[in-house]
Amino acid sequence: MDQVVLNHVTKRFTTKTLGDIVAVDDFNLSVHEGECFSFLGPSGCGKSTTLRMIAGFEDLSEGTIELCGREVSSKSKNLYIPPEERGLGMVFQSFAVWPHMNVFENVAFPLQIQKMNKTDIAQRVKEAMRHTSLTGLENVYPSDLSGGQQQRIALARAIVTQPKVMLLDEPLSNLDPKLRETMRFEIKELQRKFNFTIIFVTHDQSEAMAISDRMMVCDMGRIMQIDTPENLYNKPNSRFVHSFLGESTFINVVIQDGKVYPKGDTQNPLRLEIPPDAAREMVVATRPNSIDLVGPSEEGYPTHIEKRIFLTDRTEYLVPVGEQMLKIQVPHRISFAKGDACRIRFISPMWYPAEDDAAEKERQRRQLV
Amino acid sequence: MANVTFKNISFRYGSNQILKDFSLEIADGEILCLVGPSGCGKTTLVRCLLGLNKPETGEIYVGDTCLFSASRRVNMAVERRNIGIVFQDYAVWPHLTVSENVGYPLKKKRVAKAEIAQRVKDTLALVNMSEYANHLPSQLSGGQQQRVAIARALVSNSSIIVLDEPITNLDAKLREQMLEEIREIQRKSGTTILYITHDQQSALQLCDRMAIMEPDGTLCQIGTDEDIILRPSNRFTFEFIGISNFIPVEAEGGTLCLKPEGGRFPWPDASLPQGLSTKEPLEVGVRPNDIVFDPDSPLKVTVTRSVFLGSEYDYFVTLGGKELRVQQNALDAAKYGVVREGAETGIRLLNYRFYPKKEVTGV
Amino acid sequence: MSRSRKNRDLAAIDGKRFSMDGALTVLSVVLLLIVVVIPVASIIYNSFFFQGHFDPQLFIGQLTDPGNLSAMWNTIKIAFWVTLLGTILGTFYAWLLGRSDIPAKGLMRALFNIPYMFPPFLGAMAWDLLLNGRSGYLNKLLVSVFHLESAPVNINSLGGIIFVEISYYFPFVFMQVVSALERMDPTLEECARIAGAKQMTVIRKITLPLVVPAISAGALLIMTTSLAHFGVPSILGFSQNIFTLPTKIYAVISRTGGSFEGIRQGAALSIMLVVVVGLALILQKKLLSSGSYDIIKGKSMRPTLIKLRGAKAPLLVLCIATLVLIVVVPLVMIFLVSLVRAYGLPLIPENFTINNYLKVFKADGTKGSIINSLMLSVGAGIICMFLGTLIAYVVQKIKPKGKEALEILSVLPYSLPGTVLAIGVILAWSGALFGISLYNTLWIILIAYIARYLSFSMKSSSAALLQVHPSLEEAARTCGASHMESLKDVTLPLIRPAMVSGFFLIFLPAMREVTTSVLLYGPKTRTLGVQIYALRDAGMIPQAAALGSIAIVIIIVCNTIVTEITKDRKGV
Repeated sequence: MDQVVLNHVTKRFTTKTLGDIVAVDDFNLSVHEGECFSFLGPSGCGKSTTLRMIAGFEDLSEGTIELCGREVSSKSKNLYIPPEERGLGMVFQSFAVWPHMNVFENVAFPLQIQKMNKTDIAQRVKEAMRHTSLTGLENVYPSDLSGGQQQRIALARAIVTQPKVMLLDEPLSNLDPKLRETMRFEIKELQRKFNFTIIFVTHDQSEAMAISDRMMVCDMGRIMQIDTPENLYNKPNSRFVHSFLGESTFINVVIQDGKVYPKGDTQNPLRLEIPPDAAREMVVATRPNSIDLVGPSEEGYPTHIEKRIFLTDRTEYLVPVGEQMLKIQVPHRISFAKGDACRIRFISPMWYPAEDDAAEKERQRRQLV
Repeated sequence: MANVTFKNISFRYGSNQILKDFSLEIADGEILCLVGPSGCGKTTLVRCLLGLNKPETGEIYVGDTCLFSASRRVNMAVERRNIGIVFQDYAVWPHLTVSENVGYPLKKKRVAKAEIAQRVKDTLALVNMSEYANHLPSQLSGGQQQRVAIARALVSNSSIIVLDEPITNLDAKLREQMLEEIREIQRKSGTTILYITHDQQSALQLCDRMAIMEPDGTLCQIGTDEDIILRPSNRFTFEFIGISNFIPVEAEGGTLCLKPEGGRFPWPDASLPQGLSTKEPLEVGVRPNDIVFDPDSPLKVTVTRSVFLGSEYDYFVTLGGKELRVQQNALDAAKYGVVREGAETGIRLLNYRFYPKKEVTGV
Repeated sequence: MSRSRKNRDLAAIDGKRFSMDGALTVLSVVLLLIVVVIPVASIIYNSFFFQGHFDPQLFIGQLTDPGNLSAMWNTIKIAFWVTLLGTILGTFYAWLLGRSDIPAKGLMRALFNIPYMFPPFLGAMAWDLLLNGRSGYLNKLLVSVFHLESAPVNINSLGGIIFVEISYYFPFVFMQVVSALERMDPTLEECARIAGAKQMTVIRKITLPLVVPAISAGALLIMTTSLAHFGVPSILGFSQNIFTLPTKIYAVISRTGGSFEGIRQGAALSIMLVVVVGLALILQKKLLSSGSYDIIKGKSMRPTLIKLRGAKAPLLVLCIATLVLIVVVPLVMIFLVSLVRAYGLPLIPENFTINNYLKVFKADGTKGSIINSLMLSVGAGIICMFLGTLIAYVVQKIKPKGKEALEILSVLPYSLPGTVLAIGVILAWSGALFGISLYNTLWIILIAYIARYLSFSMKSSSAALLQVHPSLEEAARTCGASHMESLKDVTLPLIRPAMVSGFFLIFLPAMREVTTSVLLYGPKTRTLGVQIYALRDAGMIPQAAALGSIAIVIIIVCNTIVTEITKDRKGV
């Protein structure tokens, strides 16, 4: 069954400086039971607003939201169920741990609101604290705890009511990188035990790829693509998604007489298969580690090593392709010196229409909101 | 000539010995990255060079000029040393415009006004900040403020410029761009650069040579990027420069045997290098991307975590009771297949080095 | 790695034995001795010692005097009710303006802050004109309209004093709480909603407990200010023989015509007052042992405002009524009375004249008082600005041994009641020491002002200095500047805005000061506040009102200038 369903959800804002803005433009999606679903995008893409509409902190301008088969927001029916009656768990970026309560009181708060009896509360809190490795810290105040521990309190407080749907709003971005990784696994572990559905909001693509079953990439208030991390990474449907997930290199090409030339080079074509609907000018997208770097005697586009950077686990080369500079990453065993002649081959590149500046401007405008 | 020489520098705060008999030579016109964990004394060394800290012993020379010598009782004042510095927080003066900031060192040298204006203009052009000459620092981004700081360090033609962790608070994309620009500026101006950082990644991208400092303030290796990565001189360098796994190893009869936390795995395809004996406890160190999956290998592992990171897959596997980290790049994953969580398979170690076992202390 | 070591290292590296740092430290110690240490020590000495030997008689005598005891009791009663009611009022309006959807917030916030910059004794004067038991305008009106036997309200009572003090002191809590509510991370409240709590539960269980530190800080300010307050009880209480400790001290000293015996009695009473203030502080700490929470976090997001719905209109009316009562009524009253030909005549246009203003400007004493106040406020402002910055620099950057003592000494006078401070200054600087007598000169008032307001400029400069990272000075050194040049070129320009705002923080309250001046003034050294007070005492009420109106105009003008200046400085 689908736990969270959004139908034609739209949110419009009017701001003093920027005028009208469509923060969320006709979102349609459904999150399956037990799934970890990420909202991924740069700031101002509408992911947080969408989450806040699901939580009930924001009104919709249009559309409906269903939680566990029950309609909770509907513009046309003028229906709005307040956050406290939606039965959700939520963890915020700022942890939002109440500083005037100790750890026990923080975790017990949702149960006390439900007027549960004391022994049951104690039992449930103990359980939640055990699962979040907080046992023994019952009487400690949050200000005496580290960021990681505070986030664990927030998690314990969210799971203690055993909600069906858990909303995580950039829960890891205030933690240091090492802790971030550990907490990621702990969240997955909790999900396995308590079997809730996760909606995870983040702007960090590697975090989203590592944690999600499926994810939605959005930009400027529109959904760009919804799919599994592997499919999004390997088959991005747009240049934006390609550049947002992982490292990308783009080469502007011109197609002439059935051959693909990189811009600035009319001699040596790139040996690529041209997609059927290609325009004269296109962009070929690839990734630094999806390029074969071979000696000058082999097949491929001829060029030379402009710069070499030796990194811990790989070597990075910059090679000119037409008027552009291409970044290639290969294992240490493939070794060239600066100035060496070489050839390159692309491994399953993607094709996109040529650059459009207007989109970039609009993105910058929205980030000021 | 602007080679910098540190000779037997010692420095302490109270009873806390930061540097002991530290010596280092920086060649003229090179970019030397001094890399070490935080608290190892690299900033103290810079402060000694600038004259903001006074060493107990030793000598500091720039070219033939003696800046400091404990035995000869020489200690040149801070303001006379003529060393350009870019502090970690840039230390751009917020009440002065960009050109006033950059012109300040010349003003202190009583350079004529017209010449100041010209040199400020040239230097700002060098760091691509000409159009911001009349801006206040509060109107600039972090990267632009850094360029102002670099310009201020460059303007008085100091023969050496020190950059003290200047880019740690920039985001990854901007960081790469800044390193690129520092390189470019160095190429145009030909100054000697001493770059201080705890981040080996940016050091690798920038340096001609790298010097690695241990936490206790000693210099443990100095060399090119390839030297450091392919031929780490000791366990500290190996661990510091990238992610690493360590597995205890013992000799049983003629063959080596891996002994990870309770497990015992004969390891026939390896032999002990010359000069090492198994009398003292040894460990083998290997990087995550130097471990490959091979179902036929006798080193049997269980995969506990498998995470897709785009360009690579990141695995945690257990060998015996020991957790190891394995990385498989996307191309290999496409060729040999992705290993799923819970799978039982074998591993082979490709590049490995032997190190004396480290006593477990503290953490 | 302590900053002090670096500085001393630098001095050592520079090879100077007597560094500038040392000279600055000595200078600040000497100045603090003059304005703080000697006066405070004099009070203690003179209360317990007479002609060189220990003599507790005077102190015990004062302590057991029934008049003094009742004054002490009044002081406590007034402070208690003012603190309690002022805190409730302040918190309520703070929540209303900070978290509800009541309209015209910006305007109302500005208006609620007006009482804060106003001298309370002018308010007391206005209310006395309105609700004086015998001749108050409003009382007379009520009596004639409702055919009453006697005046329905008498402002010259404990209740009246409490009412007027509340209306001037509740902004202390209001301002603290509004800013705490604004800075509070809204997710703290949202999280409670998600946990299942209704809006009212969230206010009770989350919002209110989180602003308790702000409330108690404001309450503390109200309490200490009220305990030490002189103006309102002196204007409303004297005629009914209602005394508080500060007014009693004044009465004792003026009754004895400023004799040494009177001043010694005052000193003994001051010690009682200090003890009461101290006890109150301890008590409050016990009652509200609340930690300081870090509630400012995360991305700034607009907090969800609570919809008042049906309650909106009544609450808005309540707000406006409160504002009219505490802001508009006293102002209008003072202004109208300043126009009337003689006090008591009906307030109708036929009785209006501008003669009172002309008289005020003709009278030498009055003109002199304006000049005196201006000189004293500017003088105290400038001296404090430099002295405060000097001490802040010594404490923050040089960090000599015993810097804590320096810091405490410069903040101490602020928690001492002004009356007490005045007596200390009299005892110390009217001939008792080195034969220096400043009595009846402006200098003695100046010293009292400096002691009283030093902490303002010190705190302002101190905060700014903390922002000046050491690397900014070091960068100047490596660019070829000497230690002195780096101070001049970098540090001073960077803290200049804070110094300027420190000046105005002192200038404004000094302009309206009465508590200390009323004990220190001489025939030629009346200040603005003292002059208004004296005119009123002499029965020239319309003239007092006229001078009061002038004082208000000066304060408003200066305040506007300050806001404009601080607005400009924000960019730096």
